Amino acid sequence: MEWSVFQQYGPMLLRGFGITIFCWIMGTILGMALGLMIALAQRYGPRPLRWLLQAYIEVIRGTPFLVQLFVLYYGGPLVGLRLDALPAGLLGLTIYGSPYFAEIFRSGFNAVPKGQIEAARAIGMAEVSIIRRILLPLGLVSALPALVNFSIILTKETVILSIITVPELMYQVSRMSTETFRYLEANFVLALFFWGLVEAISRLGRRFETRITQHLIERV
Amino acid sequence: MVQASSVEIRKVNKFYGPFQALTDIDLSIPPGKVTCLIGPSGSGKSTLLRCINFLEEYDSGEVLIDGQMIGYDAPGKKMSGRKLREMRRGIGMVFQQFNLWPHMTAQENVAEGLIRVRGLPKAEAASRAAEALRKVGLADRMANHPARLSGGQQQRVAIARAIAMEPKLMLFDEPTSALDPELVGEVLTVMKTLASEGMTMVVVTHEMGFAAHVADQVAFMEAGELVAVDAPSRILHQPEDARIQSFLRTYHERNAF
Repeated sequence: MEWSVFQQYGPMLLRGFGITIFCWIMGTILGMALGLMIALAQRYGPRPLRWLLQAYIEVIRGTPFLVQLFVLYYGGPLVGLRLDALPAGLLGLTIYGSPYFAEIFRSGFNAVPKGQIEAARAIGMAEVSIIRRILLPLGLVSALPALVNFSIILTKETVILSIITVPELMYQVSRMSTETFRYLEANFVLALFFWGLVEAISRLGRRFETRITQHLIERV
Repeated sequence: MVQASSVEIRKVNKFYGPFQALTDIDLSIPPGKVTCLIGPSGSGKSTLLRCINFLEEYDSGEVLIDGQMIGYDAPGKKMSGRKLREMRRGIGMVFQQFNLWPHMTAQENVAEGLIRVRGLPKAEAASRAAEALRKVGLADRMANHPARLSGGQQQRVAIARAIAMEPKLMLFDEPTSALDPELVGEVLTVMKTLASEGMTMVVVTHEMGFAAHVADQVAFMEAGELVAVDAPSRILHQPEDARIQSFLRTYHERNAF
């Protein structure tokens, strides 16, 4: 192993890692938001819309992220969608994650006992209030472990953005490798960065989960 | 005295696919009185009860609350969500499984409807919730979440949640069936108080003692049909119908020791 190359490439890798984290955060937030809208539309929307969304879910889940990103970045301009690498990457991550998030939210909503929704209906609560006050908070609690889990999967999907030249960590690592032939060191650092990131997310997720479920667990 | 609603059920039918859950039910529930629905499980008691606040949609016939049909503007024409919610505001319901919202404290559970449905300011809703919880004997449990309450306490919170809305009619769907035997009494006591205040109450129950002592009329159902409606003593002590006799025989055998 030869570590001196990092004196030169360290800052670049750190910048790349920053962009990786940025892409991950944005992709997760936007993907979750879109997924939540899909899940709600599938629960309350008219039937044709539900079919359309189901088709969307099947197509996106059924194709590799790499292919989706190619289609978006290189195929987009053919239909007038000309995006820079970073926005294209973020949009790609959002689209890619949304059906998984939608399914996680759906199962979270299904885990809310029907009786608790009925109790709200019985006192005359409007559907919007029921969603906001009962369905969302309780559904999110059930969905939380799966949401954290998929967010962790998404961290590693960000490396694919390197193929459309988003200057994230993988991109910088490849560049360093080809310029210095230090493949092993570069990829070792890549692994280390991701491991740290995933560890941090899962710890945060667990802490958050403990906090929001503390009142829900029966303690005698 | 509370303002009490009357309920008129006329020729109500309810199907689940090909299965007929309710057949031509006719039942008058007078204001300020307690009506108990009894009968074997699967006889349609709960289904009928849930038709009264339209949690269950009946397919034909009429359910009239103070003369106004619930769920439909006219036969076959569903009423708007807004109108249905308006009608439900006057009808409290208590469930077998309590159905409290686990992420809210007892007080928040009771205040929620006052804030979201009645539009009360938070402070006023909180003080009215406290009042309702005092009434069911839970003044010292207001800050507890449901997971920290016993079944009997949870059910009393559920009753407080319903009465805080100042309903004119209360529906109870097997309110004590999920409780340990020693916790049944505290819930029945609260229900008796409510009955003595002149609330119209419809109670699906297996508590024959409650039916015998508190009910003004008892309706016996079997296989989706209303077999008999009469004074509790007539149904429980001198039943004429063989189906009621057989049901009570099973009940007594199970409770004998």
